[in-house]
Amino acid sequence: MSNRSFWSTIKGIGIGMIQEFDYFKCFSIDEVIEHMAVFNNSKILAGGTDLVASLKENHVSAEVLLDIKGIKKLKGIKLTKKMLEIGSLVTFNDLIESKIIKENFPVLMEMAKTVASKAIRNRATMAGNICSAVPCMDSAPVLAAYDAVVVVTNLTGEREIPIAKWFKGPKKNALLKNELVTAIRINNFKQNHAGCFLKLGRYQGEDLAQVNLCVLALSQKEFRVVFGSVGPVPIRAKEIEKLLKGNDLRIDLIDSCCLMVNETIFPITDIRATKEYRLHMAKVMLKRALYAAVNRLEGHGPVYGEYHL
Amino acid sequence: MKKKISFILNGEKREANVWPNQILLNFLREEIGIKSPKSGCERGDCGSCTVLINNQSVKSCLVLAVEIDEQSVTTIEGLMKEGELSQLQKSFLKNNSFQCGFCAPGMIISSHELLEEKTNPTTNDIKEAISGNLCRCTGYLPIIDAIKDLSLEDRTSHE
Repeated sequence: MSNRSFWSTIKGIGIGMIQEFDYFKCFSIDEVIEHMAVFNNSKILAGGTDLVASLKENHVSAEVLLDIKGIKKLKGIKLTKKMLEIGSLVTFNDLIESKIIKENFPVLMEMAKTVASKAIRNRATMAGNICSAVPCMDSAPVLAAYDAVVVVTNLTGEREIPIAKWFKGPKKNALLKNELVTAIRINNFKQNHAGCFLKLGRYQGEDLAQVNLCVLALSQKEFRVVFGSVGPVPIRAKEIEKLLKGNDLRIDLIDSCCLMVNETIFPITDIRATKEYRLHMAKVMLKRALYAAVNRLEGHGPVYGEYHL
Repeated sequence: MKKKISFILNGEKREANVWPNQILLNFLREEIGIKSPKSGCERGDCGSCTVLINNQSVKSCLVLAVEIDEQSVTTIEGLMKEGELSQLQKSFLKNNSFQCGFCAPGMIISSHELLEEKTNPTTNDIKEAISGNLCRCTGYLPIIDAIKDLSLEDRTSHE
């Protein structure tokens, strides 16, 4: 027996067989909902960059994968007077290339550029990112800062879940059985605003976040601050927002904000960083993101999407 | 049960029967016999398995073979024209851009995608484009040189 056929015999490794499941390609939302009701343990397959890796390593199991890439309705980015709607099949690369995003929500583009590498971004969807809900996900701080809403379809119709109620813990979300995420909605800001997304990794290029952070600067000196990767779920820093409201960014104000970070986030030590390092860097990043966001609001900050941490 | 798929591989129409739980990378290597995409980390980090699906780079270790039904797949073999190396491949040779060669097919696929999008990429663009491809031999500089070399030339005049 040659070496190769030996490996092919055990577990089908040679020809790339992983744990067993069936596969259906769906072409409408109704079809997905129907299939989900029939099977006990179905998983939705969009980009698959998380799902296939988890299936390979047996972190999740599935009886059947329902491929939704054929559903045209889930693909677009739409902007109306009231809101921005991002379909659940919109990939990070779509976000980077979209004119609508670049002109109206550039901080989403700035975030998308930090996600993994091109070949992953070509396939990975933002909806998939929040469905996986791993604590180091990059999209969550931005979505939380914008008070996004997750649109979900089930047998009885559609329901909306505010992003603040979406994350239930590491890798846990508010999605119930037999529900499909169809879109993410963000209220269209009528007022002028600017933002900044920062991600700390061990190096530039493909890495998961040690800390990530989104700051939005709205008119009338109002701010939104959300930390990611430093707790089980993204953390909206409401107390810091309160302190900042109505004030100019002076050094003493920023120092008080940085002190409050101690009580706001709950970083842990893991393979990527220690909790002390994360806590310290979260403060540094908050300071820089605040300045960048305010400068951008005034029209002279760093260019969106260029690395500036 | 096996699923029947039809797809375009390097410009050639093909049909095959694949298991739902079969990975594209292994399907290409073991069943079709195209060995240029390499099996490295098997989890989307190293980029040695990069191929193009509908002209977009993807990591074939994270794609199921059934997913390429009705899609077009290109490996580095498909970048060659009539058995001749592409300008990009030649530039990699000229600049000594690989030693062991394990990362080369993925590197070339990623940089091909970049050059299709931007004819004159900056060094930062190049670093960004190949940030998902690991190379343990060269220290990346000869690879960046090879791509830079080509971006300065008018590629169409050579083809």
